[in-house]
Amino acid sequence: MTAREPLSKSAASPHVSPWQVAGTLCWREVVRFFRQRNRVIGAVGQPILFWLLFGVGLHQSFRIAPDGADGMSFLEYYFPGTLILILLFTAIFATISIIEDRREGFLQSVLVAPIPRWSMVLGKVLGGTLIAVAQGLLFLVLSVTLNVDLGFGRCLALLGLLVVTAFGLTSFGFMLAWRMESTQGFHAIMNLLLMPMWLLSGAFFPVPPAQSGAATSQLVLHWGMRINPVTYGVAGVRQLLYAPEQLAQLWTPSLTTCWIVMLGFAVVAFSTCWKLAGKHTTGDLL
Amino acid sequence: MSSDSNSPNTPCQPAIRVVGLSHRYGERVALANLSIEIEPGTIFAFLGPNGGGKTTLFRILSTLLPCPPQTVEILGCDLATEVAAVRSRIGVVFQAPSLDKKLTVIENIRHQAALYGVRGRTRKQREQQLLDRFGLVDRMHERTESLSGGLRRRVELAKGMIHQPRLLLLDEPSTGLDPGARSDLWQHLKTLQGEFSVTVVMTTHLLEEAEKADRIAILDQGKLVASDPPDALRATVGGDSLTLTTRNPAALAAAITDRFQIAAHVVDGSVRLEQADAGAWIARLMEAFPGQIDALTLAKPSLEDVFINKTGHRFRGGEDRADVRSATRPRRWRGRG
Repeated sequence: MTAREPLSKSAASPHVSPWQVAGTLCWREVVRFFRQRNRVIGAVGQPILFWLLFGVGLHQSFRIAPDGADGMSFLEYYFPGTLILILLFTAIFATISIIEDRREGFLQSVLVAPIPRWSMVLGKVLGGTLIAVAQGLLFLVLSVTLNVDLGFGRCLALLGLLVVTAFGLTSFGFMLAWRMESTQGFHAIMNLLLMPMWLLSGAFFPVPPAQSGAATSQLVLHWGMRINPVTYGVAGVRQLLYAPEQLAQLWTPSLTTCWIVMLGFAVVAFSTCWKLAGKHTTGDLL
Repeated sequence: MSSDSNSPNTPCQPAIRVVGLSHRYGERVALANLSIEIEPGTIFAFLGPNGGGKTTLFRILSTLLPCPPQTVEILGCDLATEVAAVRSRIGVVFQAPSLDKKLTVIENIRHQAALYGVRGRTRKQREQQLLDRFGLVDRMHERTESLSGGLRRRVELAKGMIHQPRLLLLDEPSTGLDPGARSDLWQHLKTLQGEFSVTVVMTTHLLEEAEKADRIAILDQGKLVASDPPDALRATVGGDSLTLTTRNPAALAAAITDRFQIAAHVVDGSVRLEQADAGAWIARLMEAFPGQIDALTLAKPSLEDVFINKTGHRFRGGEDRADVRSATRPRRWRGRG
């Protein structure tokens, strides 16, 4: 550094690229994640444990095909749900870090930087998405133990769907966490909203049919699950992993519908984050 | 306020100009019609007790809180309408460390560089210079979570300087630092001022910290009480201060005023007066009011005296009080009755 000329308003300020800022914030998320071993273990270990325990434990009581027909085991049925659970858990942890960033003071230095708020949101969400997808892919390796037929094209489509779903879920988590002042508050929201969203996505049990004469509770559950965007993430993954005949007994939306809903969910959730983060809030001052 | 972006500003243009700035949190007034100018190249301290308004002012100056147009001008830019320009020209060091503890020193600095668009060779050059200047070369690859409070502050300063701001804003920079680290911090601030012509503006509730600034603005209950260099502020106090501890301060203050025709105030349960020849007044008072004075303290005028003189009540800054007392070394006599 050298001594400066007198103050001048016209002093050139370097051009700040919002994309580079988003990239830097995304990189920070990834580095932070891998330096917190407990986060890695928690986000991957718990869903795998659930998958194994529930998969094996509920194997005998789970039937989606009529007796004698060639249906899928619960381990197979539950696999896409576990994959989405990994994305959801990672999204939760990534968005909890916003509350920590705010409380620890890091966020303030980002808020006073000459950057558009959307680049901050994008960096944070992209970071969470990258981590979630990386973990999802790691889990996907276990699919070799199942009766799946994954060609190159399907693999690419699956990767794309995972990216879109993770982006949507991380944005959704960001949206909830942005105005929260404590991680305890976020845990409450997680238990009340995020976990039920996952449970009612067809991840753990199939969407009940809504044929005529069905009980009201069944109809409520059916439509409750159908308006849940996570349902389309789980269904999309399931369609890409398994052959159509394996899913014949399940209510499954078309793959195109799954893509449209998940893309729409990601766009709406990200836009909401952008809008929320653009406003001055008392949370900026914590 | 002028905001002509094409006209170069003169060297004497204020680094910060505040005109009639007010801010409310609901019904509570945090800043009341504040006006002040800060000259470039100075170290300027906003001193005030908790609730004085300095944190609100810092939040406005650092762009965290909005302000009405034409009330705050920073480095020639209207803060309300040219936020981006202001942000790229100022450095901000918050009271709560804004470092990412999981990143190393150099990673934190590079992250900040990216936020301010400092790239390539310029970034490498500057980060090397800053690491050298702040004595961080040996620690550059350590995570900031393993650093002491003083070292973290240094990293904060280095980080805040990566885009070579003209103005550095610091919120309570000494909070949580031990005396050694405080002194270290001030050396670095003086360096920034001397070598790099940076205007340093800080908020503080520490009287002894404010003493080191070139100029102090005292804020109390959202109002500007005084603004001058420390010596000039102390000179506004009539002389040395005498503080008398007694069981009935109101009666004693009235008796002193009645008998000697001088001003004596009751401040926080003690009687207080300022006199040029305060030493001579000790014997005079002890003789005049035998048995009524439990303890008597004589001290050179301090910033606390200035504060009391201007506001009529004590400065409640917190942790600094003991330090200030020891720094001014008051002489103390015990009453005999």
